[in-house]
Amino acid sequence: MAASNKQNLQLDWGTIALYGVLVLFGWLTIYSAAFNPLTPSPFTFSEEYGKQLVWIGVCAFLIVVILYLDAEVFNKFAIYIYLFFVLLLMLVLVIGKEVNGAKAWFGIGDFGIQPSEFSKIGVGLFLSKFISSSGVQLKNLRTRIQAFAIIGLPAMLILLQPDVGSLLTFLAFILVMYREGMSGNVLIAGFASVVIGTLSIVIGAGRTTYPYFGEQSSIWTFLISLLGLAILALIFVRNFIVPRSRRMLYSVIVISLVLASSLAFSINYIVDNVLEKHHKERIYVMLSLPVEREDASYNSEMAKITVGSGGLLGRGFHQGPMTQNNYVPEQWTDFIFSAVAEEWGFVGSVLVILLFFALIYRLVALAERQRSQFSRVYGYCVAAIIFMHVLINIGMVLGLAPIIGIPLPFFSYGGSSLMAFTILLFIMIRLDAERLSIFR
Amino acid sequence: MNNDNRRYTFLFIVGTICVIYIARLFALQVATSEWKNKGSRLTEREVVVYPSRGNIFDRNGKVLVTNQTVYDLMVLPKDLQPFDTLDFCKLVNLPYEELKEILKKSVTYPNVKYKPSPVIKQMLPEEYAIFAERLYKFPGFFVQARTLRTYPESLGALVLGDVGEVNGDILKSHPDYRKGDYIGLSGIEKSYEKELRGKRGIKYVYRDNLGVEHSVANGQLDSAAQEGVDLYSTIDAELQKYGEKLMQNKRGCIVAIEPSTGEILALVSAPTFDPNLLVGRARGQNFAALAKNPLKPLFNRATQAQYRPGSIFKLAQSLTALQLGSITKDTRIACNRSLIGCHGAHSMDDLEMAIVHSCNPYFRGVLQRVVEANRDPNNRAKDAAIGLSIWNEQIRKLGFGSNLGSDLPNMKKGNVPSTEYYNKKYGVNGWNFSTIYSIAIGEGELLINPVQMCNLACIIANRGFYVPPHTVKQIGRGGSARTEYVTRVDVGVKPEYFETVVNAMEKVVGPDGTANSIKLSDIVICGKTGTVQNEPREDHSVFVCFAPKENPKIALAVYVEYAGFGGTWAAPISSLMIEKYLKGGTTNTGREELIMNAKILN
Repeated sequence: MAASNKQNLQLDWGTIALYGVLVLFGWLTIYSAAFNPLTPSPFTFSEEYGKQLVWIGVCAFLIVVILYLDAEVFNKFAIYIYLFFVLLLMLVLVIGKEVNGAKAWFGIGDFGIQPSEFSKIGVGLFLSKFISSSGVQLKNLRTRIQAFAIIGLPAMLILLQPDVGSLLTFLAFILVMYREGMSGNVLIAGFASVVIGTLSIVIGAGRTTYPYFGEQSSIWTFLISLLGLAILALIFVRNFIVPRSRRMLYSVIVISLVLASSLAFSINYIVDNVLEKHHKERIYVMLSLPVEREDASYNSEMAKITVGSGGLLGRGFHQGPMTQNNYVPEQWTDFIFSAVAEEWGFVGSVLVILLFFALIYRLVALAERQRSQFSRVYGYCVAAIIFMHVLINIGMVLGLAPIIGIPLPFFSYGGSSLMAFTILLFIMIRLDAERLSIFR
Repeated sequence: MNNDNRRYTFLFIVGTICVIYIARLFALQVATSEWKNKGSRLTEREVVVYPSRGNIFDRNGKVLVTNQTVYDLMVLPKDLQPFDTLDFCKLVNLPYEELKEILKKSVTYPNVKYKPSPVIKQMLPEEYAIFAERLYKFPGFFVQARTLRTYPESLGALVLGDVGEVNGDILKSHPDYRKGDYIGLSGIEKSYEKELRGKRGIKYVYRDNLGVEHSVANGQLDSAAQEGVDLYSTIDAELQKYGEKLMQNKRGCIVAIEPSTGEILALVSAPTFDPNLLVGRARGQNFAALAKNPLKPLFNRATQAQYRPGSIFKLAQSLTALQLGSITKDTRIACNRSLIGCHGAHSMDDLEMAIVHSCNPYFRGVLQRVVEANRDPNNRAKDAAIGLSIWNEQIRKLGFGSNLGSDLPNMKKGNVPSTEYYNKKYGVNGWNFSTIYSIAIGEGELLINPVQMCNLACIIANRGFYVPPHTVKQIGRGGSARTEYVTRVDVGVKPEYFETVVNAMEKVVGPDGTANSIKLSDIVICGKTGTVQNEPREDHSVFVCFAPKENPKIALAVYVEYAGFGGTWAAPISSLMIEKYLKGGTTNTGREELIMNAKILN
């Protein structure tokens, strides 16, 4: 069956080419950033660039396997794949190896496997299967709750590791659900939450002396301002809006106030009392708020300097003074984009961003041309996950997002990440290759 | 399928983020070079090339101060790797706790991990040699060669001066210095800092990925270090060393000057110490010990002490009174010991004999003639006020109350009481001659610095002028002294007035003089003893002199604290110094030994 299928396969060579370029560019950057002058050969398997070559080889093998598999497998076994990774996520909490304070790794000799990276494949497949099953409408609350449960179970397990970075990438699935019919208010609410959350942290970091209450966190000023804003809005509605709409608007305003206030208060509370000190400092560094320790801003500062060091055209391969001197710690992993920016400059960095945009654009196009809803939803899952990673990772390097340790797809050193993204992408390519033979 | 349009929303969100990120990249990489410059400051290392300070030679070309290479062991925290701390500490002889503290400090603000900090400063070559071959085992550590002062003759600690690293206070007042630079803190090192310092060079380097350092922009930004200028001092090493030996175990000082040139031949302050003690790592410890020493070896008595001059001041009084016309060389004044004490058998000396006998009533009379000249016949106080002003103006011309324009740093000016001074002390009209007459014999409020005393001897030797005493005769090989040290300063006393004083001084070192014991058969010494009262303790022993009488080659002031009569200690020391300078040594080894072995430190 597999052999006969293969003759009909219509592989999207554009996507495959983009994948190839990104992986190659990524490996070159690792080769430069992790370069050890004592072992200049790319085939030095004790160094990151040598190891990454092995992972690329493994990925080539995985690609062949995926392309040989029947496309139906992914639809049929979606739930089992999902459950398998959930099981791994549970297992890692028990027998996992702790790295940087998170129990996120299965250690196998020198190598480590990070199940959270792979779990996104399971969630993507199962969510697609669920949304595409007959009778499921994302407009229904029940369906939405079920969908969130599918996403939430592995997300909860990842939070227990704890690995906040990986958790955040699960937000990608909200974008997918939005595409599949969930209310756009979710996005608006999400955007509003980010704004309110940021303001509450920035304002809440200060201290103000209030009459009768003495010195307190400035968050109260923010809450009082929200209250004042709501009162102004109520007065506005009362005087300038036709009576029949007032009732509805009153409740919208009051509910918004309650939600916004509790969000602001709880975010401020979480930042102050729940988050670990280094997480709080990372957020403060991103928001340019003062931090106690000088080194808290070190990574962020060095990343920005490294990016700036590139200039318009870059320093050239193996020539970036910041990159070659390891100013950014472990630059070949999460901060790899700074190496790109230094050695290839503005031109190279924009090229990488455009390559990612092209890949996401291409994935959306692939998704939209699917006849099966399963394939379409899955295509969006892939596009959204890659987008979330790019958004957070590059934002972090450019100082626009807090320092969250998640890899840049295809670029960052690491087998788990590279294999997971390869599998994720090539399942879509495999599905797309058979789009004409699937009718649904 | 009304959700189809949502693909555009999705792509719009992705596109917007891409645009924001590209804009941010543009801001960081292209729009401003702020971040790029910050990067350059990190990766490009400024290597300071320290110049070696100029050498200092004595007047005969003997090396007094030169440089030795030492090594600062530095750490660059970002290159550190786990290392055998036990081995390291043993190699460099550093307690583990201290190493831990240093490493912690090296990454504590304002130090950062990409800036080197010193671990051990000023390792001597032999200490470094042990460590050098193992240095490769400790990545992140490296050494920086620097130079330190060294004093082959081990003499002249205070006149040559002291060099130290620039610290916070100096940095504020000297913006062109940087932390770690050397600066002269005293003596010649201080007054000729500009010449000795040289110019710091800067090399900009960056390290490539192989760890090799390359120069930035082909070295066009670099500046070469310029070595400090060598100085040829006026000091005679032999004489200085001899003086220090004579003064060992005594408190006091010797100032020797070549009268015709103002060149300081020796400047001894006792007790002294080996200048090599204040070099290198032991500096701090030794400095503290010297500072705590009750004999104050760090105090330069020759330039900073202010003594009552005693009888030697009678020479200045004579010249002043003669010039003012208050007396002539033939003026005779009775030795009325009811007014002021005296010693020796004499009753009605003229000026010359009064100097020889050091007659106190005589000089009380001299000052009275200067100060109470009936300029205000009705008011004795006002008369004295006017008279003292005239006296003060004239006597200051002899260099008292000023630093003489010398290149000796921090020289004290002494005190020549003026009308204003006594008005302040006793109130206007609150004093008259009888209040102040003790300054007539160099006592009272009068304070004179030993260099000024010697300068007085120079003035008399030169019969009317001096050249500001200075310590450097050539700046750079074949150079000259600073212009102010080749110009004569006229003291405004007629040459003929000096003859009486010179003749008297010759007789002081004669059969009936107070310093008759030091008379030499071949050199005519002209001198004057002084015995400064110092109740309740022993008197200070003082002697000023020059020799030979005609065409003098050396003038001296010797001050031995708490030693007693001037003729007993200060005069023999002077005579030995003269013999050493003019003949290369004395035949009177008995005296030499006696003085060298004498211990006057009660």
